[in-house]
Amino acid sequence: MAGVAGGGGGGGSNDFQWCFSQVKGAIDEDVAEVLKHLDLLYTLQRYFISVLFTADIISTVEFNYSGDLLATGDKGGRVVIFQREQENKSRPHSRGEYNVYSTFQSHEPEFDYLKSLEIEEKINKIRWLPQQNAAHFLLSTNDKTIKLWKISERDKRAEGYNLKDEDGRLRDPFRITALRVPILKPMDLMVEASPRRIFANAHTYHINSISVNSDHETYLSADDLRINLWHLEITDRSFNIVDIKPANMEELTEVITAAEFHPHHCNVFVYSSSKGTIRLCDMRSSALCDRHSKFFEEPEDPSSRSFFSEIISSISDVKFSHSGRYMMTRDYLSVKVWDLNMENRPVETYQVHEYLRSKLCSLYENDCIFDKFECCWNGSDSAIMTGSYNNFFRMFDRNTRRDITLEASRESSKPRAILKPRKVCTGGKRKKDEISVDSLDFNKKILHTAWHPMENIIAVAATNNLYIFQDKIN
Amino acid sequence: MLRGRRRMECTLDAQSLISISLRKIHSSRTQRGGIKLHKNLLVSYVLRNARQLYLSERYAELYRRQQHYPDGAPLLAMPACPPPAAAAPPELAALPLPADTQDREARSCAAARGGAELLEVPVCAAPPELQRAPCRDSSPGFYRAAGSAGPGGGGGGSAPPGLLYATGCDFGSGGAPHCSSRTTVLDLDTHVVTTVENGYLHQDCCSQCPCCCQPAPGLASPPPTPGTKRKYYPGQEEEEEGVEEGEPGGGGVAGGPPFAPCTKRARFEEYSAEHPQDSSNISNLISIFGSGFTGLVSRQQADSEQPLNGQLCSKQALASLGAWTRAIVAF
Repeated sequence: MAGVAGGGGGGGSNDFQWCFSQVKGAIDEDVAEVLKHLDLLYTLQRYFISVLFTADIISTVEFNYSGDLLATGDKGGRVVIFQREQENKSRPHSRGEYNVYSTFQSHEPEFDYLKSLEIEEKINKIRWLPQQNAAHFLLSTNDKTIKLWKISERDKRAEGYNLKDEDGRLRDPFRITALRVPILKPMDLMVEASPRRIFANAHTYHINSISVNSDHETYLSADDLRINLWHLEITDRSFNIVDIKPANMEELTEVITAAEFHPHHCNVFVYSSSKGTIRLCDMRSSALCDRHSKFFEEPEDPSSRSFFSEIISSISDVKFSHSGRYMMTRDYLSVKVWDLNMENRPVETYQVHEYLRSKLCSLYENDCIFDKFECCWNGSDSAIMTGSYNNFFRMFDRNTRRDITLEASRESSKPRAILKPRKVCTGGKRKKDEISVDSLDFNKKILHTAWHPMENIIAVAATNNLYIFQDKIN
Repeated sequence: MLRGRRRMECTLDAQSLISISLRKIHSSRTQRGGIKLHKNLLVSYVLRNARQLYLSERYAELYRRQQHYPDGAPLLAMPACPPPAAAAPPELAALPLPADTQDREARSCAAARGGAELLEVPVCAAPPELQRAPCRDSSPGFYRAAGSAGPGGGGGGSAPPGLLYATGCDFGSGGAPHCSSRTTVLDLDTHVVTTVENGYLHQDCCSQCPCCCQPAPGLASPPPTPGTKRKYYPGQEEEEEGVEEGEPGGGGVAGGPPFAPCTKRARFEEYSAEHPQDSSNISNLISIFGSGFTGLVSRQQADSEQPLNGQLCSKQALASLGAWTRAIVAF
């Protein structure tokens, strides 16, 4: 059931800066100041109580271009779209509240008979298309198939048909004595989702990314070894633009982990690899972009080498900044911001949970080391956010270099509750309210987060719960 | 975490890491959604790293023992987990990156052999000439010439083809050989041992892997005859199923036909040339896993359907050295 909704402060769009940069003083005071501006909006629990708990795990979260719609995909192949309530004089506090707008089953489990494998219905990614008319379009993908969905509203229906009754029964044509023109009458709003295109059979390996091009006509889809370019109107063919499959699979040393189009240059895209490298490709240079235009890699620090060096350097997400000047990558322990003009090292590195470095062995045993965390920019590219364990998520202010750790939990999910910053005790004496590394719950992980494109509203997916936080300006 | 612990524990962790990794790969085959190429690739890197550390530990330990027994007397029962090797060369302590593993793998063959064996392991670390001479003692566990050489090859100065001996020359700290005029390397992929001596090559076949060197029928546990080098391998008693290997004549057939590949594979190669990885000679992970892990789990355990035994499994895995030179491949 929908959780309790708390009204947001309705802060104007002019003032959407975090207060990080405006506060001076001791760290604690800074944090306290920040906290005043963070407001828990509400908690939303998944609608469907499924027999299989896992079917409800949220696997992707994405705001649309205006931020009015928020789409989530889950492990059961469902897509749930939330819409932000418009300002309403009769309900002044409901401004900014996100409610369920549409729900549909996007993908079903399939079986590949040739390979005898089951194809999971889990939605790996959702990407919105820019809105061009009254309807909304999004792309959703599982491991093998991408679908273009049209979400449209219907608030009128036709009445007065000649050939059928109001309840739908066909009339006997001989009984019709007069003709009438059907008229449109208002009805309760109905939101329909219909699949308009199905892009299938183009990927041998598991799709990990889709990205809509700035030309709004094409998009790319990336699997472990290949990237394909599609036209939104054409489903029966795609162009392969990157192929890193070696002739001899025994020589495989890396896979593609994420890919994204540049936000402004429709010929430029990047893809990250499991080796911690990012390649920027220009589609104008050649049809097959196996040769990169730029190669981003930070030299490994040999003193930190361990059994798991390869795993923790694997990039799990790559995102361009809104400006298009930077890109951000997430590996297991850190987030890095790269300037597109500098390939040899990132310009900024933020440690997400460095205290886990000594725990890599157990994290390997329980498979947590393979978790793929995503990261996101805020609308002005001044802050970045990513998730961690114990339902913690982290925000970093790029200007002041301040960071904060927050928790998405039901205990603190009271309307308008101010979020308390969290701190993990890494050693020595544990202060009050600190959590020791050993008491972290590694089953509670926040892999998917999204930031409203313009306002300070964030969506955080904690397993099967979606939390939406909004800042509140007094 | 491993770095802070003593080296012995590092070796133990390497073993358990290997078994954990194998378990992950095994279970990924039955997971919903098909095998995740990315995850298996990462697991294979852990496997490779763990193996490298483990081998370097054994290598260093054997070297240290050779320092104590320069006359080539066999070691007494080598513990499965050697005590911390204080003399571990720094480059072995650090995990080598894949690009430069070729030589290191070759030099660590003796360590590999040592590491792969559960019971007594001798290391005749003397230079080849000495090793070809009759060994003084007859305690079990000599390296035995595999295949056609047979146990009766016996003493004498000339080494029967297929003689196996430790690359003692390569145990120098930092890789400098003992005998400056002689260097012996073992290629872990083709199991070819090459000796460079005063400018000309000796070629011997080495088939340490239990998977590829099953005893000929009727030769199970033959008593060692004086003067022969005997190879001991853990599979002798358990008769585990061999790992399928990609190379022709690579043996490793489950308990089956005797293995006599050494003479077939004895061939001259240039010492310095890093010969291309002939895919047909590589025991790759595909073939291992394609065989349903039969090569990595002893028959007893497979029958009892117990979870993979970390110790045994990993030791056997280490024994099948050629398999780990490549990242895992899926499909």
